Amino acid sequence: MSIEQTERRQGAALVAPALLWTVAFFVLPFAAMIWMSLSHLEGREVVSGPGIGNYLRIFTEPSLLRGIRVSLEITAIVTVLSVILAWPLAWIIATRVPPKWRRLALMLAVLPFWTSYVVRSYSWTLVLGENGIVMQGLIQLGLLEQPLQIMATRTATIIGFVHFFVMLLTLTIYSNLVQLSPNYARAAEDLGASRWQVIRLVILPLTLPGVMTGAFLTFVLCIGDYITPQILGGNSELTLPQLIMLQLGRRGDYPMASALAVVLMVLVTLAYAACARWLKMERV
Amino acid sequence: MRILSWAYLVLLFLFILLPVGALVVFSFQDGRLPVPPFKGFTLEWYAKVIADRDLMAALWNSFLVAFGSSALALVLGFLAASGLARVALPGSVLLRGLLIAPMTVSYLIIALGLLQVFNAVGVRPSLLSTGIGHVVINLPLCFSIIYAAMGEHQRNALRAARDLGAREWQVLALISAPMLAPALAAAFFLSVTFSWDEFIIAFLLTRFDVTLPVEIWSMLRSGLSPATNAIGSLVFLVSVAVVVTLEFTLFRKSRS
Amino acid sequence: MTAEVRFQAIHHRFGTFTALHRVDLTIAPGEFIVLLGPSGCGKTTLLSILGGFVTPTQGKVLINGKDMTHVPPRGRPTTTMFQDYALFPHMSLRDNVAFGLRMRGVAKTPRRDRAQEMLDMVGLGDKAERRPHELSGGQRQRVALARALAVSPDVLLLDEPLGALDLKLRRQMQDELKAIQRRVGTTFVHVTHDQEEAMAVADRIVVMNQGRIEHCGTPEEVYLHPASLFSAGFMGEMNRIPVTAKGMGADSPLGALPLPVASGGGVLCLRPENIGFAGELALGPARLVDTGFFGTHHRCHFAPLSAPDLRLVAHLPQGAVLEPGREVQLYASNPVILPHEAAA
Repeated sequence: MSIEQTERRQGAALVAPALLWTVAFFVLPFAAMIWMSLSHLEGREVVSGPGIGNYLRIFTEPSLLRGIRVSLEITAIVTVLSVILAWPLAWIIATRVPPKWRRLALMLAVLPFWTSYVVRSYSWTLVLGENGIVMQGLIQLGLLEQPLQIMATRTATIIGFVHFFVMLLTLTIYSNLVQLSPNYARAAEDLGASRWQVIRLVILPLTLPGVMTGAFLTFVLCIGDYITPQILGGNSELTLPQLIMLQLGRRGDYPMASALAVVLMVLVTLAYAACARWLKMERV
Repeated sequence: MRILSWAYLVLLFLFILLPVGALVVFSFQDGRLPVPPFKGFTLEWYAKVIADRDLMAALWNSFLVAFGSSALALVLGFLAASGLARVALPGSVLLRGLLIAPMTVSYLIIALGLLQVFNAVGVRPSLLSTGIGHVVINLPLCFSIIYAAMGEHQRNALRAARDLGAREWQVLALISAPMLAPALAAAFFLSVTFSWDEFIIAFLLTRFDVTLPVEIWSMLRSGLSPATNAIGSLVFLVSVAVVVTLEFTLFRKSRS
Repeated sequence: MTAEVRFQAIHHRFGTFTALHRVDLTIAPGEFIVLLGPSGCGKTTLLSILGGFVTPTQGKVLINGKDMTHVPPRGRPTTTMFQDYALFPHMSLRDNVAFGLRMRGVAKTPRRDRAQEMLDMVGLGDKAERRPHELSGGQRQRVALARALAVSPDVLLLDEPLGALDLKLRRQMQDELKAIQRRVGTTFVHVTHDQEEAMAVADRIVVMNQGRIEHCGTPEEVYLHPASLFSAGFMGEMNRIPVTAKGMGADSPLGALPLPVASGGGVLCLRPENIGFAGELALGPARLVDTGFFGTHHRCHFAPLSAPDLRLVAHLPQGAVLEPGREVQLYASNPVILPHEAAA
């Protein structure tokens, strides 16, 4: 056997374990799930497909359609809001905060990351509940008579999400900003640009690819999250992940759950297609 | 503009840190509910949490699953990266894409898929099945990090080792792995972090022995309680301590 | 447009480190001046102070007689060409070059026309719609030049602009820079550590070392009549022979020499190309130790018979016939005696 063939053999042997694992525990389950989505539930038994009954139901049943709509609306609002809030924060830490304190400021800005995700969402119930800090505080200040009901509404879910993604986006935008050569801003300033013009015409466009990547990440994580809507959102408006878990839990309707999961995947893929052109920019 | 910047900074820090503050402060609440007014300072909830056997078992389980799955993911990822980096296998672009694919898919979907397959094969939900799921999500991460760290000078060192007579496993164990130590450490650390905090896969793939996030989730069912604050704050403070120590040990290393 | 630049007693500290020690310098309008020196000598700091990116701890910067010390870059009649060019990657070349005009409120059509004009001047007129990443290093540099000149500054600052280019391209760009400067008449202040580059473009060279100006003069002056040992050594290769005063002349390892020396003694500096078989100063007999052919000259090492441990480097012309071991009579021209370097 030639040297190249031996090398290739060895290389293949090294890759094989990881490959086998991925096929066995990712590809196969994925394929099984798609097959399951084409099956349907009769009583307590799963009848094998193929059939698009589940998908038809998704696009005709109001409760299911609403779930998709709610997920998209919430995710869109969360993504836009988080980007708008995070960019200035990242910029301030990268440029306005004295260099000595930048790391500390960044650490503080993402401190809640060190609580587990579940605990972090839970901590918002402490703040937003009727007995929570914000409500009691506003009542004490005389700004409110009665506590507002924010918990178990869409607003609470959005606040909970924005809290997380502002931190995530601040991190990604910050690392993007500090990698920019300082000479871009200097050159613009040197040519007569005011501070606002430097940000608007030079810095902001240069961070756009990074921002789009962050926004895409936010979209994917947000639309697929079960925890935050479940803890903060209540039962009036269910998101797609909540619908999926509902199908699993109460009814054991694996086929429907799988179909909904496939819809989730498609939404993510569509989002990727929309963002794809932003995800490359040449550095000069 | 300066005042605007600082005002914005303060406002946003308040927004970000308010829940954590509430979490920690009311973990010391001398009362039934972790909400205002703050009635007094007590450590009883921490005591309760530490004495809670289910909770401590869940903590231990989380360790097991995190370290176990991360170790396996690291080894698999290291071997795969070594294999692909060395030699142009037919279809290596496809192979790479396949190995990275799980990173792009929602954990919920991975959990659902595994749940169905395990049900079909008759494998019961357990820490093991959760661990398997965690390897699935961490393998792409380990692979990417290690693959990215393999540069040209690495390849030359390996060639030199082979030239001097080392066999393949020796090259990997004695030369390649030590040279990649920082990347291996980073990949391991990140995997442990992700696995430790992971909820949905653990939720769907465990029944009796659960991990910490799942145990905390069931605590939430019973309503607000300072005990939840306590375990949350405990995990938080320990994580912060770990990161701070790492910062200082790493800092010292880079300084010297 | 053009302007005179005056640095008055510029003193600058970074924390405990003093980057510039009371530097005084006047640059005439339309002059192409080069700040030359090794890294850390303060040349870039001085340039940054002129550009307005750094405010000096003490001292004043005057441009055309106006005190600009505390004026931000935006308000100064200077533009800077950065070492990494800093072209805006998300704008076309034309928009890049037009940026400064846009900041000055010039309307769209006139500024696009002017940008096109500038791109034509640097030979990239046909690529106006392209993006910076599509160009080579040398082309990007020309765009950076065009952008800086588009706003007709009084002073153009160049921060080691040719460092990233290979030798041939660098030589070509040096000629182009010189030609453009003559054409537009703007004062150019150019920072480099390459003494050949300095000599190629400069009207005057400012040799700097450790925050001080060692010598300021035309390339001929600085090369042929250096004012300090550092400046002599930095401008090119140099033979150094220690000399002491003896009677009316000097005493050296080569013997007595008819040169005036101050009582403290000094160092006799001879350039390799000034040592050969003819010249006004007789150095005595020497043995050829070895030789190498460098294309334009032979680089020869000589050991003087009167001081066999000393080595003299000489550049002999192409046609010279040489075998190692041969003894010849050496002569030198343009001898320069400089005081010993002050202990740091």
